[in-house]
Amino acid sequence: MTLGERCRGDFPILRRPVNGQPLVYLDSAASSQKPTQVIEALQRYYERSHANVHRSIHTLGEEATELYEAARDAVGAFIGARSREEVVFTRGTTESVNLVALTMARTLRPGDEILVTEMEHHSNLISWQMICRDRGATLRAIPLVEGRFLDLGALDRLLSDRTRVVALAHVSNVLGTINPVAEIAARAHAAGALVLADGAQAAPHLSLDMAALGVDFYAFSGHKMLGPTGIGVLYGRREVLDRLEPGWGGSEMIKEVWIDHAQWNDLPWRFEPGTPPIAEAVGFHAAVEYLDKLGMERVSAHERELTALCLERLALIPGVTVYGPTDAGQKGAVVAFNVDGIHPHDGAALLDQAGIAVRAGHHCAQPLMRRLGIVGTLRASFSVYTTPGDVERLGEAVATLHTQL
Amino acid sequence: MLYSPVIRERFRSPRFRGRLEAPDAVFEDVNPLCGDRIRIECRLTDGVLADARFTGDSCAIAAASADVLIELMRGRPAGSAGAVDPPMLLERLQADIRPSRMKCVTLPLAVLQGALSGKEVAR
Repeated sequence: MTLGERCRGDFPILRRPVNGQPLVYLDSAASSQKPTQVIEALQRYYERSHANVHRSIHTLGEEATELYEAARDAVGAFIGARSREEVVFTRGTTESVNLVALTMARTLRPGDEILVTEMEHHSNLISWQMICRDRGATLRAIPLVEGRFLDLGALDRLLSDRTRVVALAHVSNVLGTINPVAEIAARAHAAGALVLADGAQAAPHLSLDMAALGVDFYAFSGHKMLGPTGIGVLYGRREVLDRLEPGWGGSEMIKEVWIDHAQWNDLPWRFEPGTPPIAEAVGFHAAVEYLDKLGMERVSAHERELTALCLERLALIPGVTVYGPTDAGQKGAVVAFNVDGIHPHDGAALLDQAGIAVRAGHHCAQPLMRRLGIVGTLRASFSVYTTPGDVERLGEAVATLHTQL
Repeated sequence: MLYSPVIRERFRSPRFRGRLEAPDAVFEDVNPLCGDRIRIECRLTDGVLADARFTGDSCAIAAASADVLIELMRGRPAGSAGAVDPPMLLERLQADIRPSRMKCVTLPLAVLQGALSGKEVAR
């Protein structure tokens, strides 16, 4: 029995039919489904322990605080953070990136440079555009080679003493390319720049160790890794976070307040104004426990097999073009492809009729689409509950798309 | 049926896909849902839409919608484009379009109305 077949039973939604067909859910890169363990943790929290965190001097408040901070510790351990101070809860990857951009903006001077890549998701691009515009800084992009890998030779030419931040995807949400983050971080640090990795597509699939990656910031979301929506993480290296001003103001991020000034709270709460997503943190805790129990090495191996099977099946279908690395070992759990003469949205709508959920469109990576010379792609993506049977059904349905339009 | 026979037929064999030589009015715009771009070129004679053609990498629904829209409007006063509404297009397409794909139906209409009202193409 494969990992997917073993896990499926834990995901109630996978039992529902869609358009009269058994559901094949291949859109986990957009948002994963949730196991019973996560759903029950949320329900248990709301039924037994809910109150506001941190300053409630009563039993429920203390329980909620304990659960919230325990979630932080568990998520921190999951990614190899050294301490609680390095794990800031946010609403998701996008907010994590915005938080870094906002705090870094305060330190930028005209002429400074931010370096991104041609394969970025808009969430790791637009906030950099905004702060560059506001601060008179310049945004540059590491180009691609072969339309699938970062041009590391160009990286050395682009890095200079003006480069303040290198912001890049750990795993591309379209190509699936696993970027050599540790190597890029080392080169960026040598140039004096800070490094932010967008781990939205990596954290659900790879075993992570922040120290080994060597990044200053790492952003990811709970909902793509079996957890609830509305919660994500900004990991920040303690020495770096310590130097930064808060992003947003409000309660909880302060120690003492006067009418005209305030003293900031300690890490990580300095970056968490307002009531945080408490239940979501509790659910996220259950999600990383679930993944930990499976073992991330096993999860990676399982998804690599599915990716390899998908690449193999699609290669047999005439008129199919696959984007990104063709070696599953170089890829995360996504396969983007097109079928000649069929717009991705039409393809996705027809697959949906067969009960198969895939993503279609530009995947919030329009500069990459432009670079590839396409309007969009179909994208199948996998998670722990995906089975080889799911991939087979995709292959069969893609092979008949031509006859349906 | 998701893709009605009209949509399939218009997608496979559009009657008005192409360009016009020296058009009198041109507009193009993007579907924010998918980034698809539709361009419509118009020939005007005495305030009447004498002819029009569309181009663009688009889904079958947007292409079919552009095709039936041009058919509907040809020979009519340019000013009457404002009176065309999505239900008229859906009737011609004979399709049951989900809310998530309605933008694909309405994009060509917005583009044609933009062309006829002299809108500038954004870049």
